[in-house]
Amino acid sequence: MKEFNELNDKKTTAIKDLLYRLADDQLILGHRNSEWTGLGPILEEDIAFSSMAQDKLGQSQALYQLLHQIGEDDPDTIAFTRKVNEYKCCHLVEYPIGEYNFSLMRHFLFDMSEAIRFNMLGSSSFEPLAKISKKFKGELKYHTMHAVTWINQLGHGSGNSPAKIQASLDECFPLALGIFEPSGYEDILIGEKIFFGEKELQEKWLEAVIPVLKNANLKIPDIKNIKASYGGRKGIHTEYLKPLIDEMTEVYKIDTKAEW
Amino acid sequence: MYGGGYIFEETKNGSPENEDSRKLEIFEARIAAGEKIEPTDWMPAEYRKQLIRMIEQHAHSEIIGALPEGTWITRAPGFRRKLALMAKVQDEVGHAQLLYSAAETLGKTREDMINDLITGKSKYSNVFNYPAVTWADTAIIAWLIDAGAIINQVANSKGSYGPYCRALERICVEESFHLKYGHDNVVFLATGTPKQREMVQDALNRWWPPIMHFFGPSDKISVHTETLMRWKVKMASNDDMRQKFLDMYVPKIWELGLTIPDPLLKKNEETGQWEYTEPDWQEFKRVINGDGPCNKERLAVRRRAEEKGEWVRLALLRSEEKYTVPLS
Ligand SMILES: [Fe+2]
Ligand SMILES: [Fe+2]
Repeated sequence: MKEFNELNDKKTTAIKDLLYRLADDQLILGHRNSEWTGLGPILEEDIAFSSMAQDKLGQSQALYQLLHQIGEDDPDTIAFTRKVNEYKCCHLVEYPIGEYNFSLMRHFLFDMSEAIRFNMLGSSSFEPLAKISKKFKGELKYHTMHAVTWINQLGHGSGNSPAKIQASLDECFPLALGIFEPSGYEDILIGEKIFFGEKELQEKWLEAVIPVLKNANLKIPDIKNIKASYGGRKGIHTEYLKPLIDEMTEVYKIDTKAEW
Repeated sequence: MYGGGYIFEETKNGSPENEDSRKLEIFEARIAAGEKIEPTDWMPAEYRKQLIRMIEQHAHSEIIGALPEGTWITRAPGFRRKLALMAKVQDEVGHAQLLYSAAETLGKTREDMINDLITGKSKYSNVFNYPAVTWADTAIIAWLIDAGAIINQVANSKGSYGPYCRALERICVEESFHLKYGHDNVVFLATGTPKQREMVQDALNRWWPPIMHFFGPSDKISVHTETLMRWKVKMASNDDMRQKFLDMYVPKIWELGLTIPDPLLKKNEETGQWEYTEPDWQEFKRVINGDGPCNKERLAVRRRAEEKGEWVRLALLRSEEKYTVPLS
């Protein structure tokens, strides 16, 4: 493809870093959400989480494929053979599924950011990414709709439901801010109009999530006094990622040359 | 997925007593003419009871069946398999949802059915009390257990109860994809590296006895089901289904160069029937009554899921907002 040949080195590195961050987030959260299969609080949610997990897996595969087109290994090799510190996902997606309220809140906070991110990337100067992002929009629309509906329902639910949702909001918020950890390539990404940058994304995200949370009767955490959970974008991860990767690659690594 | 391993409750042969004989006559005539019975139609109490038991057990088999394969989703090798397995297990959970709805039309709520499952009052297909030890086990399950389930479900879809038949028709379409996925998976292993071949042969060795159990005890030792067959609740004999399965799949298994762990297995060309070592029906009974390798674990997992999710169901119960049904 023409676009790829025109990329200069610095720009290529910046794009690759961006793609890895996006793809790894999708892969790891898709993996986590799939852990609800057979265990959801109601069958309908079991099915919904599986469906969203499949979308995320599919999206990560498409993004790895894009990386492959600009010189990286094939998607399976990238996803299943890298070392833990080579993954660029944020901490939020690494955490175990926990209770349903945690998984739901994570799904809400993360997917709201995704929806805005891919909407922004729809006008990226990097054509192949713009194209893919437009394709993801439909799937993400369903994910955010699902999340908003549930946050609202459980925020207004009876019993200890509101308290549980509030507790997971407080737990997830610092992790969610880690989604927007700036990369070392913000200037070039913004300058080249590839991506508007994490700072702008975070602002737009706050504008989107706060009204929903308020609507659900939840107390908004004091953002100024929260320390964002950074490190993931640089390959520094929580204790939860390694066991996840070990499990994910257990069969694949029996023989990486074999066809499965 | 589901087999004929269902143990019907003993019924009296001939017409059930205490039923209005005129209504019963019309009911049986409708079934004989191939009509479907719908939820609001008159039906004998025994018909309703046996159907609830059977559909409920089928539904339980789908959600419990999601567990042995489900644990391999996080370990599936490569995108293609991971995505396909996720979709397959999701389908199985969807089957449970469809079947619980079908059973609910007969007057028992999903909640009551799930309660009976986790208290051990109601059964599910015996095969899921065995573990999926390696990745190859999931391939064998998806191919051969789903194949067995299709034989059973296609037969049942021609039964007499409308809602169950319609659910089964939809289910069978999806099952045929599972079968394709399973077969493809087994082919890759059987034609792969020596290690992969060894894995799939081991898995076949492990799963052969449960597969032979899958269709239930031999007709010679089963309870009499004449009435249920006349009412088109039970659609085929256990032995007939087992024969059909062997006829369709033994040649395919041999084609892949795999060995079936039964030295007596062969087709008698004169009778057209397969001969095999009689499965251990004592073990079958023991396992179905709770003493299999995974019974406790399966029910414990299901119970934990129910307990962990209880607050969500309670919250919804009294929440003013109506629950939005997910798209797929
Ligand atoms: Fe099924
Ligand atoms: Fe199936």
